[in-house]
Amino acid sequence: MNVAPSSAPEMRADGARFRLRFPGLGNLGRAILSNRKAMAGAIMLAIFIIMALVPGLIAPGTPGAELYPPGQGASFDHLLGTTSYGQDIFTQFIWGARASLVIAVVAGLLSTILSALIGVAAGYLPGMPDGILSLITDVFLVIPAFPLVVVIAAYSKSGGNLTIIAVLVVTGWAYGARQLRAQVLSLRNRDFLVAARLRGERTLRIIVSEILPNMTSLLVANFLGASVYAILTAAGLQFIGLGNVNTDSWGTMLYWAQNNEALQAGLPLWAIAPGFGIALLGGAFALLNYAFDEISNPALRPVRGRGGRSDP
Amino acid sequence: MRYVLRRLGFFVVTLWTAMTVNFFLPRLMPGNPAIAMMARFHGKLNGQALRAMEVAFGVNAQESLLVQYLSYLRNSATGHFGTSLTFFPNPVSEVVLSALPWTLGLVGVTTVIAFLLGTLIGMIGAWERGGWFDSILPPVFIVLSAFPYFWIALVSILIFSISLGWLPLGFAYTNGMKISFSWPFVGDVLAHAVLPGITIIVTSIGGWILTMRNNMIMTLAEDYVRMARAKGLSPMRIMMDYAGRNAILPNLSGFGMSLGLVVSGAILVEYVFSYPGVGYIMLQAVLNEDYPLMQTLFLIITLAVLLAILAVDAVTILLDPRTRAAS
Repeated sequence: MNVAPSSAPEMRADGARFRLRFPGLGNLGRAILSNRKAMAGAIMLAIFIIMALVPGLIAPGTPGAELYPPGQGASFDHLLGTTSYGQDIFTQFIWGARASLVIAVVAGLLSTILSALIGVAAGYLPGMPDGILSLITDVFLVIPAFPLVVVIAAYSKSGGNLTIIAVLVVTGWAYGARQLRAQVLSLRNRDFLVAARLRGERTLRIIVSEILPNMTSLLVANFLGASVYAILTAAGLQFIGLGNVNTDSWGTMLYWAQNNEALQAGLPLWAIAPGFGIALLGGAFALLNYAFDEISNPALRPVRGRGGRSDP
Repeated sequence: MRYVLRRLGFFVVTLWTAMTVNFFLPRLMPGNPAIAMMARFHGKLNGQALRAMEVAFGVNAQESLLVQYLSYLRNSATGHFGTSLTFFPNPVSEVVLSALPWTLGLVGVTTVIAFLLGTLIGMIGAWERGGWFDSILPPVFIVLSAFPYFWIALVSILIFSISLGWLPLGFAYTNGMKISFSWPFVGDVLAHAVLPGITIIVTSIGGWILTMRNNMIMTLAEDYVRMARAKGLSPMRIMMDYAGRNAILPNLSGFGMSLGLVVSGAILVEYVFSYPGVGYIMLQAVLNEDYPLMQTLFLIITLAVLLAILAVDAVTILLDPRTRAAS
């Protein structure tokens, strides 16, 4: 567990200090390699990243182009068949990865930053500030996000990616903020933080260089969780037509498939392929998250053999 | 007592926030959709209905924003939500009330089933840690929980309705059937609820499993569990009464957070199955730019989630003597 006070940078000689700045990151890489669930998640994610970076190499062409005979089944020319508009489903599927991945990463990052700001502030500033910030967090946590997202998206009409990301961040930060606050509370009175305060370090510096590095794994877990939320919610919004229906994304594919009753029309692949993409991308993040739970909390790590019941 | 008061205070603050968001959102957006909607209405409604709408929305050019806000709060609190455009000329409250039972039935029952099943699987998984049960069920359901609800709904329609023809495609009951408490009708309603219900259970159960399993692993390392073992109590009793009872408490307080997610997913499931509940009606309202209906549904959903959380609080007090002692 990387919250151990011994990993506090100030305790070490100056040379080692820089390397130890984010003590979690090195462990993270090693942990991914040694955990089967994390490995599976990382490989899946890598495939999607390649798809998002160079879709043209895998499926040359324009995803929206209506070039082919409509409503064809899967064939050698069209691996997943064509849509009712004569678009190649495989091409659309490959190109759709980019939009989902971008939304996942950007919205995930921004909500993690917001969670960290509010959670750490609430945990570190006792009394009134904590009370107010915690109340706001709890209110946002409880208000059902998706109806709120739908209401905001309906009012803002245009529904470009930026609107969607903004809405996802506003509705997605609270859970992480609450977790981070709890972690800060448990760190507050550790020796190395007391030492830093006694040395007269500024609050901002303590937060940035003492507290945050000790929460690396929690921040990563938070990012992964927020990304899954962003993937699913964005897909849901696009599916009901509240995104921009002309973008190449999996949610939009599903929207058009549903509008043309793809299932009843004998074109199930049109709906199955994008949904599978969303599911696998979400699943990749979820697997990584599940694994990080085990990494950041050694008590949860799988036990060798069947020793789980016997007392240590 | 203080605990109860604090929870009630939180309840009021959250509801007030939801109402305030409802009031200010359309006013923050470019072009003020509320006023645009009123303008669209001018020809269609008679003076009285228009007035009722203005009151419900708090749109009135002659009054200051503060007065508008206060009159909006008063009208929402007293259940005056205006007229629905989609189901014109029915008042919004009537439309909402007709949709509410379907959602409460479907989402309520499936949430309780998913919670109980997920808690049980998480508990047994932690108890039999590393065994075949633990290596299969928790990971499978956790991956499933990352799948979009609506996509699971689509796939289950494809398999069970279109390919196999076992279950109906959508709606809450066969069109044209009379609503009654007769066996054929109840059976019909159940048959229509099976696919949406299973969809919600399968996708929401993973979260409960994960948290319960983690709590249980922590609890199993506690001294009182070791003590119970030393006393030679039966494994069943240790698992249920000692470890399980304590491990379920954080899961209960997590209920409120997860409930919002379940409700969100249920909205899309209702949409896919054309199930005439709150979520389906809400998306109809969005498509028709029926803002009064849309806003009211958002409020009602928030209210339902808050009530469920209060109920869970009550259960927590029953299960955990420590909360009673503290209050």
